[in-house]
Amino acid sequence: MSKKRFALALTACFFFMSVSVLPSFAEDSQKKDIILATTTSTVDSGLLDVLLPVFEGQTGYRVKTISVGTGQALAMGEKGEADVLLTHAPDSEKKLVDSGVVTNYQLVMHNDFIVVGPSEDPAGIKGKTSVDAFKAIAEKKAIFISRGDDSGTHKKELGIWKKAEVTPKGETWYQETGQGMGATLLMAAEKSAYALADRGTYLAQKANLKLEILSQGDPSLLNIYHVMEVNVEKFDKVNAPGAKAFVEFMVDPKTQEMIGGFGKDKFGEPLFFPDAGKNK
Amino acid sequence: MPVISEGLKEAVRLLVTLDPEVMGITLRTIQVSGTGTLISVLIGIPVGAFLALKTFFGRGFLVSLVNFGMGLPPVVVGLATWLALTRYGPLGMLGLLYSPTAMIIAQAIIASPIVAGLTLAAIQSVNPKLRLQMIALGATKFQYLLLNLWEARLGILAAVIAGFGGVISEVGASMMVGGNVRGYTRVLTTSTVLEVSKGRFELAAALSFILLTLTFMIVWILSYLQQRGKRP
Repeated sequence: MSKKRFALALTACFFFMSVSVLPSFAEDSQKKDIILATTTSTVDSGLLDVLLPVFEGQTGYRVKTISVGTGQALAMGEKGEADVLLTHAPDSEKKLVDSGVVTNYQLVMHNDFIVVGPSEDPAGIKGKTSVDAFKAIAEKKAIFISRGDDSGTHKKELGIWKKAEVTPKGETWYQETGQGMGATLLMAAEKSAYALADRGTYLAQKANLKLEILSQGDPSLLNIYHVMEVNVEKFDKVNAPGAKAFVEFMVDPKTQEMIGGFGKDKFGEPLFFPDAGKNK
Repeated sequence: MPVISEGLKEAVRLLVTLDPEVMGITLRTIQVSGTGTLISVLIGIPVGAFLALKTFFGRGFLVSLVNFGMGLPPVVVGLATWLALTRYGPLGMLGLLYSPTAMIIAQAIIASPIVAGLTLAAIQSVNPKLRLQMIALGATKFQYLLLNLWEARLGILAAVIAGFGGVISEVGASMMVGGNVRGYTRVLTTSTVLEVSKGRFELAAALSFILLTLTFMIVWILSYLQQRGKRP
């Protein structure tokens, strides 16, 4: 008798666990899915949360956004594991364009990188150019938090260190997080440290951060985003129509208008500046 | 800590107003982890029972293997599943990467050894004299198995609880093979990670509270089943 009850109880608990499974996980036709590999900044700033529902509503595609550093996003493209890329490391992207891994390479928008740090500014970098600022940070051995994840921001940062003729790797004041922009900024704020950030993510999180913009404005700090299709001729499993639709959507005047307006209401200034069609 | 109290308030608000996004995430968490646990139970209990009741060559090695599997790091499982499911990987033709199914597979792999290992231990701690008695009274093989499972029921339910606890709290593998896609593979743990990196701590704390409440409710039901009719 009680054995029956036990079996019943077990069945009940399995049932409980699986009731909600009924809505079925049937993989609806994969043709409707697009894998978008992108940088953390487009996700952490909230931009894609605004754009994607519009795109999905218009086209019926479902976008699977994989937010990683630009380096990993490009690597996913190189392996054909993504359909479309939205990244911000023009030099690295160029290589993929030249090798034919990606096609339909389009300029989307830009914002800029900024050097942020505590308001006390122990290394005294306020108002300096990025290269001079980095030199001063290295001289003072002030803590600098690096993304360290081969992202677009990390690549840019390494470029500035190179120009400043400093090799920070391995120094105790130079700490690599290996995480996204948001997490890296939080760490910098907690440690009263310096960091290189994209303006979009910084503005989106400013309220949580005790960090100020200390160096900005020099032309080398431009942060340019491109969108591109992974070449279906190289990778037959790529959803080419979906990727094409996404690229077209990103450069569409209406979308560009949304990008330009994004964040204005919340932060008083736009986080991204639309650039489609300007090509350089 | 204002974040914690604000988070608690936010959690209550999200639950009371039945916020569609949070409800979706919560339901998906139950679906994925529930199915993952269910599969692990279907694999783990038979394997555990077999290893506990049979003697054969290599049994000792298999038992160590199961016990080793109880400590499988979720990220390693996640990476292996990811590699297997990528488009140009060995199982790429299934097109399962970045889907709830992929997360269920990974979670079932994580939980199965836990369920098997604890089931094995539970059945082995059944009084051996009882086993002799079962055989002496002429139990068929099937009855013998059922009686052993019945005697070990408390431990087996503990195994199910442990397996469920292992997968619902897991984030590394879910992030890797699910991709944290909004409205599709975003579960409570991965969305908490996302909200932290967005700097929205109140929402992250709220999601954590919802996860804790959910886990508690499910474990409470399982514990009720386990403890029914038992008085210390």
